[in-house]
Amino acid sequence: MGKTTGFLEFKRKTEGYLPVEERTKNYKEFTQPLKEEELKEQGARCMNCGIPFCHSGCPLGNLIPDFNDAVYEGNWEKASQVLHSTNNFPEFTGRLCPAPCEEACVLGINEDPVSIENIEKNIVETAFANGYLQAMPPKTRTGKKVAIIGSGPSGLAAAQQLNRAGHEVTVFERDEKVGGLLRFGIPDFKLEKTIIDRRIALLEEEGIQFKTGAHVGVNIDANEIKENHDAVVLCGGATVRRGLPIEGADLKGVVQAMDFLPQNNRRVSNLEINGETITAEGKDVIVIGGGDTGSDCIGTSRRQGAKSIQNFEIMPMATKDRPENQPWPFWPMRLRESTSHKEGVDRHFSIMTKRFLGNDQGELVGLETVEVSWEYKEGRMQLVEREGSSKTWDCNLALLALGFTGSENTLAESFGLTFDNRGNIAAEETDYKTNVSGVFAAGDQRRGQSLIVWAISEGRQAAHHVDKYLMGESHLPLKGDGDLPRV
Amino acid sequence: MALEAQGLYLPEFEHDNCGAGFICSLKGERSNDIIHKALEILVRLKHRGAVNADGKTGDGAGILIDIPHSFYKSKVSFEIPERGEYAMANVFLPQKENQREFCENTLVSELEAQGLEVLGWRTTPVDTSVLGEIAKQSEPFVRQLFVGRPKDMDERTFEIKRYIARKKAEHTIWNSRLSESKIFYIPSFSTKVVIYKGLLIPEDISAYYLDLQDPECVTRLALVHQRFSTNTFPTWDLAQPFRFICHNGEINTLRGNVGRMRSREDLLKSDWFDEEIKAIIPIIIPGKSDSASLDMVVELLLMTGRTLPEVMMMLVPEAWEKNESMDADKKAFYEYNSCLMEPWDGPASIPFTDGVYIGAVLDRNGLRPSRYSVTKDGYVIMSSEIGVVDIETENIESHGRLEPGKMFLVDMEAGRIVGDEEVKKEIVSKHPYKQWVDEQLTHLKDIEYGACEVHQPSANLETRAKFFGYTREDISRIILPMAENGAEPIGSMGSDTPIAVLSERPQLLYNYFKQLFAQVTNPPLDGIREEMITDISLTLGRDYNLFEIDEKQCHKLKIQNPVISKEDLEKIRRHEDNGGFETATLDILYPVKEGVNGLEKALEKLVKDAAEAIDNGVSIIILSDRKVDSENAAIPALLACSYVNHGLGRLQRRSLVSLIIESAEPREVHHFSLLFGYGASAVNPYLVNELITAQALNEGFSYEDTEKAIKNYNKAVGKGILKVMNKVGISTLNSYRGSQIFECIGLNSVVVRKYFPITPTRIEGIGLMEIEKEIALRHDKAFTAAETPADLDLEVGGEYRWRRNGEQHAFDPISVATLQKAVRLNEPKTYKEYAKRINEQSKRLLTIRGLLEFTNYDPIPLDEVEPWTEIVKRFKTGAMSYGSISKEAHENLAIAMNRIGGKSNSGEGGEETIRFYKTEDGDWRNSAIKQVASGRFGVTSNYLTNAKEIQIKMAQGAKPGEGGQLPGPKVNPDIAKTRNSTPYVGLISPPPHHDIYSIEDLSQLIYDLKSANREARINVKLVSEIGVGTIAAGVSKANADVILISGYDGGTGASPLTSLKHAGLPWELGVAEAQQTLVMNNLRSRIVLECDGQLKTGRDVAIACLLGAEEFGFATAPLVASGCIMMRVCHLNTCPVGIATQNPELRKKFKGQPEHVVNYMYFVAQELREIMAELGFRTIDEMVGQVQKLERSNVLDHYKTRGLDLSPILKVIDTPEGVSIRNTEKQVDETTDAIDFEILSKAHPALYRKEKTQLEFPISNTNRAVGAIISNEISKIYGADGLPDNTLRVVFNGFAGQSFGAFSTKGLTLVVNGATNDYLGKGLSGARLVVRVPNGSSFESHKNVITGNVCLYGATTGEAYINGLAGERFCVRNSGAKAVVEGIGDHGCEYMTGGVAVILGKVGRNFGAGMSGGLAYVYDPDKTFKAGVKNPDLNLLAVETEEDQKELFTLVENHYNLTMSPLAEKLLTNWEKEVGNFVKVFPEEYRQALIRIAEENQTTSN
Repeated sequence: MGKTTGFLEFKRKTEGYLPVEERTKNYKEFTQPLKEEELKEQGARCMNCGIPFCHSGCPLGNLIPDFNDAVYEGNWEKASQVLHSTNNFPEFTGRLCPAPCEEACVLGINEDPVSIENIEKNIVETAFANGYLQAMPPKTRTGKKVAIIGSGPSGLAAAQQLNRAGHEVTVFERDEKVGGLLRFGIPDFKLEKTIIDRRIALLEEEGIQFKTGAHVGVNIDANEIKENHDAVVLCGGATVRRGLPIEGADLKGVVQAMDFLPQNNRRVSNLEINGETITAEGKDVIVIGGGDTGSDCIGTSRRQGAKSIQNFEIMPMATKDRPENQPWPFWPMRLRESTSHKEGVDRHFSIMTKRFLGNDQGELVGLETVEVSWEYKEGRMQLVEREGSSKTWDCNLALLALGFTGSENTLAESFGLTFDNRGNIAAEETDYKTNVSGVFAAGDQRRGQSLIVWAISEGRQAAHHVDKYLMGESHLPLKGDGDLPRV
Repeated sequence: MALEAQGLYLPEFEHDNCGAGFICSLKGERSNDIIHKALEILVRLKHRGAVNADGKTGDGAGILIDIPHSFYKSKVSFEIPERGEYAMANVFLPQKENQREFCENTLVSELEAQGLEVLGWRTTPVDTSVLGEIAKQSEPFVRQLFVGRPKDMDERTFEIKRYIARKKAEHTIWNSRLSESKIFYIPSFSTKVVIYKGLLIPEDISAYYLDLQDPECVTRLALVHQRFSTNTFPTWDLAQPFRFICHNGEINTLRGNVGRMRSREDLLKSDWFDEEIKAIIPIIIPGKSDSASLDMVVELLLMTGRTLPEVMMMLVPEAWEKNESMDADKKAFYEYNSCLMEPWDGPASIPFTDGVYIGAVLDRNGLRPSRYSVTKDGYVIMSSEIGVVDIETENIESHGRLEPGKMFLVDMEAGRIVGDEEVKKEIVSKHPYKQWVDEQLTHLKDIEYGACEVHQPSANLETRAKFFGYTREDISRIILPMAENGAEPIGSMGSDTPIAVLSERPQLLYNYFKQLFAQVTNPPLDGIREEMITDISLTLGRDYNLFEIDEKQCHKLKIQNPVISKEDLEKIRRHEDNGGFETATLDILYPVKEGVNGLEKALEKLVKDAAEAIDNGVSIIILSDRKVDSENAAIPALLACSYVNHGLGRLQRRSLVSLIIESAEPREVHHFSLLFGYGASAVNPYLVNELITAQALNEGFSYEDTEKAIKNYNKAVGKGILKVMNKVGISTLNSYRGSQIFECIGLNSVVVRKYFPITPTRIEGIGLMEIEKEIALRHDKAFTAAETPADLDLEVGGEYRWRRNGEQHAFDPISVATLQKAVRLNEPKTYKEYAKRINEQSKRLLTIRGLLEFTNYDPIPLDEVEPWTEIVKRFKTGAMSYGSISKEAHENLAIAMNRIGGKSNSGEGGEETIRFYKTEDGDWRNSAIKQVASGRFGVTSNYLTNAKEIQIKMAQGAKPGEGGQLPGPKVNPDIAKTRNSTPYVGLISPPPHHDIYSIEDLSQLIYDLKSANREARINVKLVSEIGVGTIAAGVSKANADVILISGYDGGTGASPLTSLKHAGLPWELGVAEAQQTLVMNNLRSRIVLECDGQLKTGRDVAIACLLGAEEFGFATAPLVASGCIMMRVCHLNTCPVGIATQNPELRKKFKGQPEHVVNYMYFVAQELREIMAELGFRTIDEMVGQVQKLERSNVLDHYKTRGLDLSPILKVIDTPEGVSIRNTEKQVDETTDAIDFEILSKAHPALYRKEKTQLEFPISNTNRAVGAIISNEISKIYGADGLPDNTLRVVFNGFAGQSFGAFSTKGLTLVVNGATNDYLGKGLSGARLVVRVPNGSSFESHKNVITGNVCLYGATTGEAYINGLAGERFCVRNSGAKAVVEGIGDHGCEYMTGGVAVILGKVGRNFGAGMSGGLAYVYDPDKTFKAGVKNPDLNLLAVETEEDQKELFTLVENHYNLTMSPLAEKLLTNWEKEVGNFVKVFPEEYRQALIRIAEENQTTSN
C-alpha cells in the first residue's frame, strides 16, 4: 500500500497561485492546480501510518491514508468513493479548511506534512470533471419527513445524510439562495459560488427540497414546521456577532465584517443588495480581528481598491513554529499567513483599540490604540495596557471581525428551546437532541462558531441520531471515536 | 499423587524429557554387572534429569532387563517352567490390603478366563527408606506375577491372551471406585523382559529394588531411562522404560495421533482376537504421557504381526517425502504406510526392545543426541551422551551415533549389530509396496480438469464478502499481497487490539482460538531452511483395518498442497474423473431467522447427513457454504468441520471419510491452520478466489495471471500453515491434521466440550447463542440492512492500522499524543490523562485486566510506600536489538535505565564493547541485560561478562515459535561489527535455539551461561500460553534465576501478521498460571517472576504484581516516550522518527532524550505507589501475588463479556506453612565443583603474568562447559582482547561433557584426548580447541564419531580441530571460527555467516542451508558432494586462488600438527593432487558482500 519510501523521495508541493497583481483584479479563484503526476507523488508521500493521526485530527474522520493511496495508484474514482464516504462536501473543505489533519500528519513532526487538503480538493474536482459524482438517491423511502433549518454546511450535510437514509428532507433557508456562510460569508476568490450550485444541483436531484426565503419564526410558523415534519434539525449557525462597545462604535464607517463581506458577495453574484453600499475603495481600512474573517476582509478590501489596509490583533504575535506546550499532533496556535495577507497588509499584534475617532459628520476618521500585554495574575491571564503606548491611526473604514457569540434567539424562541451557557442551543454531542422532542440542533448553532469541517461533521453525526430517533436504529455512518482533544 | 486441575493449571500440559540408554552383550553373556553399568549410565546423565523441591524425589527412572530366570526360580516357592515358557508381570498394586486383593483377584481371574495358568505371586523386595517424601505418597505395593503358557498354545496366542487379559483387568480396576485404583499398573508382562521403575533418582533404583543388587540377578541387556518432567507431580507408572520403548524427547503430534488412533479402533478386526477386540479398546489409555501412549500403539501394532523394527519405521518414519536418493521400494513402503499412519512426530530418540531385538530410532529431525560405543569384548552401549560407561581406550572397537531417521539395531539372538540399510531392506521387501502405491494412489495433479459446471453465486460478491466479514484491509493487506508475492504479509510492533471476546465488533469464530507453540520442552522447526524434512501433502479417502496389510490401504487421493482452487475442487467432485472416490457435498447453512436453535439443529443434521452419506459409500465429504443467501446464513466453517469430525468419531465412522471445506470464510493462514487442525483434509477458499479474480479483472489481468495469483495465494497459505506447524515442532501436515493444537479464549466450556471436545478453554466466554448473534449481525448487515448511498462497499478495517470505526487500539492517537506530551513537558497531569485513557476500560474494553478492579482497600499514607527510586529498580525495558532499532534509540533506553537503576535489554544483536564503559559525564550505555537468542549474534565471553542479567529468549510474544531475519542490506558495517558478522550478509535467527531441543538442554545452557558469568542472573523468557506454568516449573528446576512471562501482544521488528494476532495469550493468564503452578510445586521461592507485554501504566504493573510478578518490562511505551508514533514499518527500515531504522538520514530525526524515558518510568512508579497506598502495601515485596486484592469488575456489561469467568486467574493457591509466593532464595550454584576452578588455581602465571602454562587433567562427561569460567575470568581482566595466543594450554584425558570449550576466549588452547559430547565450542570466543583420538586406540579416526551435535554454535572467533566425525548441524550459525573436521552429519554449516569450515570427509543431507557467509572446504574425492547440495545460493567452486589454497593448506597442516590425524597426513603428502579434490563452498551473498566491502574500502582509501 502506498509507496514506502515516497516521503523520502518527494518534497511537499501544493497548488500555485496567480500573481498578486493579477488575482486581485477580480474575485475569481486564483489557484493553479498541480499536474496529475505531481499529485500522485504527493499521494505517495503519505506513509500509511500505523496510527494515522491525520485521520484523528480530521473532525470528519476522513480516511486520509486510504484516499492518498488511491491517488498514488492513480485510482481517482476509488479515491473519490473513499473521500465521500466520510465527507459530503470535500470541495468546500478542500478549499477552506485550515487542515487540522495536516497539523496532525506524522510526516509533519520533522518534515512538511502531506498536502492532504490539496489532494482532497483535487480528488473531488477530478471526480466532478470525470462525472464520477452522480446523484445517488436512496433506493427506498421511509415516508418520514424531516425539516432542516439553515442551509450552511451542517444543514446541507444533515440533509444529504437523512435523504440517503430515505427520509423526505426539506431545507429551509431565510436568504434567497442556499449555502449560508459558504455563499454569503466566504469571498468568491476563496470559493466561487458555482461550486456550491454544482453540489446543490446534485442534492436536488437526489430528492432534497429547498425552500429559500423561508425564515422560520419570522415568515414561517415554527409550529407548522414541527407539525408537518417528523423531525426538525436546526442548523442556523452562530450568527450573533461580537461587537466592540467602545467610544465611537456607532460612527459611520465602523462596520461589522459580516455586513461588509455578504454585501460584496451579493455584488459579485449579481444579487440584490439591501441597505447602504459599503466599500473600501480608496479608504484607509483597518480590520480588527486577526482571524479568517479578518483575512477575508483584507482580501476583499484589497480587491475593492483600499488605499491602505491595517490588521489589528489583540493577542501577541504567535510564533511560526509550534509553541512547546502545543506539541504535535495537537492543533497549535501559530502564526498563519493567508493568501489575502500576502496580497498586502500590515499586521499589528498585542494591540487594542481604545476608541474610534469621528468627524463632525459622524464619520470615522481614525482610531486610537494602545499596546497590550498578557500577564498571569490572580490565577488567570489578564490584559495589561502598556503605558505610553497610545497611538492614533487614520481610518475611514473599520471592519470588525471579532467572531460570533452564539445563536440568534428567533428559532430558539419559536421552538421553545433552551440555551447552554455559551449562548448556543443546548444539545449534547451524544444525540444532538434539544430539550424539545423531535427537534435537533447541529453545527455552529449547537457548537458555537467553528470550522466548516466541524459543521459538516455535526450535520452528519446529527443525521445519524435523527435517523435513529425516527427509525429506532440507524445505518447512517458515525465518524467513530478518536477526535484529538484541543489543547 | 497427580495434581488436580485448579486455577489455570491443567495437568495434561505437563512435558517431560530425559536421558536414556542401553547396554547389551553381543555375545549373550548374562551378568549382574550390566545392570550396574546401565544404572551408572543414568547416574552419569544425572545432569539431564531433575530433582524436586524435596531434594530427593526424581521425576522417575527405571531399568528393563532380561527376565533373570534362575534368580526368580530360586526366589519363589512355586514351580516355574523353562525360560520362555512363562510370562512374568511386575505389578504396581495399591498399598491397602483389601484394595490390593481386589486388583490381584481381578487380574488373576482375567488371565484364567483366557485359559492361562497363573503360577503364583512374589512380592518384590524393596527398601522404602530411600524414597523421597513426594515419591512415598504414591508408592505402590510391587508384586510379581508368574503366568505359564499352556502346552498347546503358541507364543503369539499366549501374547495376545495376556494382552487381552491385562487390558480387561485394567478397565475393570480403573473403572472401579477404589480409592487407590489408579495405582494399579503393570510395568511389564513379558516372557522375555522385566522392568523395574519408579519415582526414584538413578542412584536409588537398585537401592530400592533389592533384586537388582543380587549377583544372581543377571541379564544380557539393560535399557535405562530417567525423566526430567517440567513439574513435580510425576507418577510411578509414568516412569520409563515402558513395555517396549523408552523415549527421550516429546511427541508433538500426540493429540492428533491419539484422535486418529481412536477413529481407527472402529475398524479393527482380527481373527486372532475375534470378539475380544472390543476388550482392548481404547488402545490408548487417556491421561498418560506421550511416551506411554506411543508405547501402547507399538504394542497394538506388534499384535498385528508386524515386527518391532517395522512398527518403529511406521510410527517414526524417515523424512522420505523429498529424499530423491532414497531407494524406490523404501520410499514406497513409507508412502504406503503414510496412508495408514501419520508420523508420531517430535524430538525423539527412542530406544526399544522386545527382548530379542534391542535398538533405537531417531526422529527425522535428529533433534536428540544418541551416541553408541562398541567394545572389543562385545558390549554395545548406547546413550544420550558418550562417556557414560568407563571403557579402556584399547577396548574400543568404534564410536558411532544415530543419524536422523535412522535405526540402530542389535539382534540379540544373532549377536550382531544390524545396519539401518539391512534391517530396512528386509522390511520393505516383504510386500510389493511400490506396485500397490503405483496402482492405488491417485494424485490430484494428474486428474484432468474437464469442463465443469460453473457454480452460480446466490448473491453478489460484495454482499457475500460483507456477510463473511471481509474488510478492505483484509483485501489490501492480506489477500492481495499473498496473491502477488506468494508469501504471508509481514507486520511489526505488537498487537494492541482486544482479544475477540472483548471486541465489540462481530468476530469470526477463528479469532477465539490461539495457536500453541513450542518453547523449552521441544523445539520449533525451520521449515524454510530444513524444508526437506517437512511435507504438507495429504491423502484423502477412507481408512482400513490396521491388521490388514494389503493394497487397498493405499487407495487414496493425494493432494500436494491441500489449499485448493475451485477447479481442483470440481475435479474432486466429479466422481468419474477422480479415481473412484464417492463424494457428497453438504451445505453448512442454517435458516437465520431460526436463530440459535436453527444453528444447533443444522449442526445435528449435518452430522446425521454425513453419517448417512458414509453409509452410502461416500469417502469424501465436502462441507460447503456456497449457497448462503438472504434466508440462510453460513455456519462457521470451523464449527461445522470440528463437529462433523467429532460427531463422526462418536458414530464410529470418522475413519471412513475425509473432509473438504468449501468456504468463503477462511482468508488468513490462521483460519486454514484451524480447519486442518480440526480435521479438514483440503480447503477451497472460494471467496478469496473470487476476490482475487475481481481485482485481476479490475486491473486487466489475463486469465493466466489470475490463475497464477490464486496459485500464489494458495502457495502462501501452504507456506504459512507449514510455519504454524513448525511453531509447535511438527514437520508434516499429515500429523498436524486433526491435532487440535490450539487453546480457546473466550468460548464457554459448554460450546467447547460439545464442538471442540479436547480443546482447553479456561476463562469461559461466549456460547453458541452469542456466536449465532455475531453471525446474525453480519447477516443482517449484508443482506437485510438498506445500503446507504456513498458508504464504502466493505468496511475499511482497522485491525492492523488504527481507524476510527475500526477495532479499538490501546495506542491510539490520543494515548500516544498525551503520553508524549506528558514526558516531554514533564506534566503529571497529562500523564494522568494518558493513564486514564488506557486504564479506564469501562467504555472501551481492551484487555483482560480491564475487567479486573482492585478491592479490599486498606489505605496507608502515600509517604509510607517505598520511594519511586526503589520501585523503578524492578523496571526493565524490552529486548530490542541494535539493528532492529537505531543506535540512538538503543543507547537512549540504556542511559535512561542506568540512570534510575533499572535495566535495559541489549536484545539479540550484541553490543559495541565501548558501551561497557561509562562515559565522562557519568552516563552508561551498557545494557544491564544481555540477551542470548537463537542467532547468538554478538554473544561472546566478554559480552556475557558485562551483563548483570543474561536473558535466554525462548520465545517472543509477537511471534512465538519463530525465528527472525535481518536482511543483508540492513547489516551495515557497525551492526555487522557488534554482531560479529560480515557487513551486508543477511542474518537469520533460527526458530529454535539449536542447543535447546528440550528442558534438559535448557538446563545445560543455563549452566553454560552461569559458567560464563557467575554474577549474572539467568533469565528465561517465555511467552504466555496454556501450559506455561508447567514449563516455568521446569525452568525453575533447570536452575534459572528469573522467568519472564511475555504477553502475546509484545512488539516486534517484523513478524507474519498471523503470528502477531493469533499465537500466544495475554500475560494475565500466563503470569497467573506460572505463579499458581510454581507455588503449588513450591518452586516459586527459587526464582523471580517477571512480566511484560504491553504494560503501559502503573495500574497494569499493579495487576501484574498482584497476579505474581515482581519485575516488569516495558518496551512499546518507552519507545513511544522516545518518539515512536506506532508507524508499524519497523520491518521496512523507513521509520520516520529515527527509531526503527538504520538509514542515516532518518536516524537524524530521532529526538528522544533519556529524560523522556526517565519521566515515563517515574510517572508509572508514582501511579503504582498511589495504588499501593490505597491497597495498603508498603513495598512491592508485600504486594507480590496478593491476588485477593483483585476482583472481577462489574461495570461493563456487554453481551460477549458476560460469560467470562476470571476466577481461575484470581484463584488463591492454598500454601502450606513455609511455601513462599515470591522470590526469597537463590538457586543452588551448580558451578562450584567445576573443573575450571582447579585449572584457575594452577593458572595464575598465565592469567596474571601472561606466562605460557600447560596443565593436564582427567575429564568425564559430567565435566560440562569446561573453559567458560576460565574465560569469564580472562574477560574480566582483559576484555575482548583476551590473552596472547596459546598462553594457557590445558590437556584433558577422557570423555568431555557437553559444551566443552563454551565461550572460550583468546589465549586458551583446550585439548581433549578422547571424545566430546554435544555443543563443542558453543559461542567460541577465540580459544583453540582440539579433540583427538587418544593414543592407544585402534580405530580409524575418520570413521569414528568423536564429537556430538551442534558444534561451534554461534562461534565468533577461534579454531577447532576435530580428529574424527561430528554429528548434525556442525558449525551452525558460526560467524568467525575456523574448524577442521573429518566428516559431519546433516545440516552442516547451517545459517553460517562467517568463518571457515574444512570438512575432510562426508557431509550429511541439507548442507549449507541458510548459509549466507563464510567458507567451507569439503574434501570430495569421489565427486558426490555437489549433487547433494540443495541451497541454490551457494557457489561450489574449485580451490584455485593462491590465497584459498594457502588458507586450506594451513588449516589442514594445523590439523595434522595438533591431532596427528592420519587422514590429514595423507592429504598433506599428496597435496598437489588432493587440493583438486576439495570443493570450495562460497555463498553468493557473501561473495557480493565482499565485493561491496572491497569497493567501499577503495572509496575510503581514495
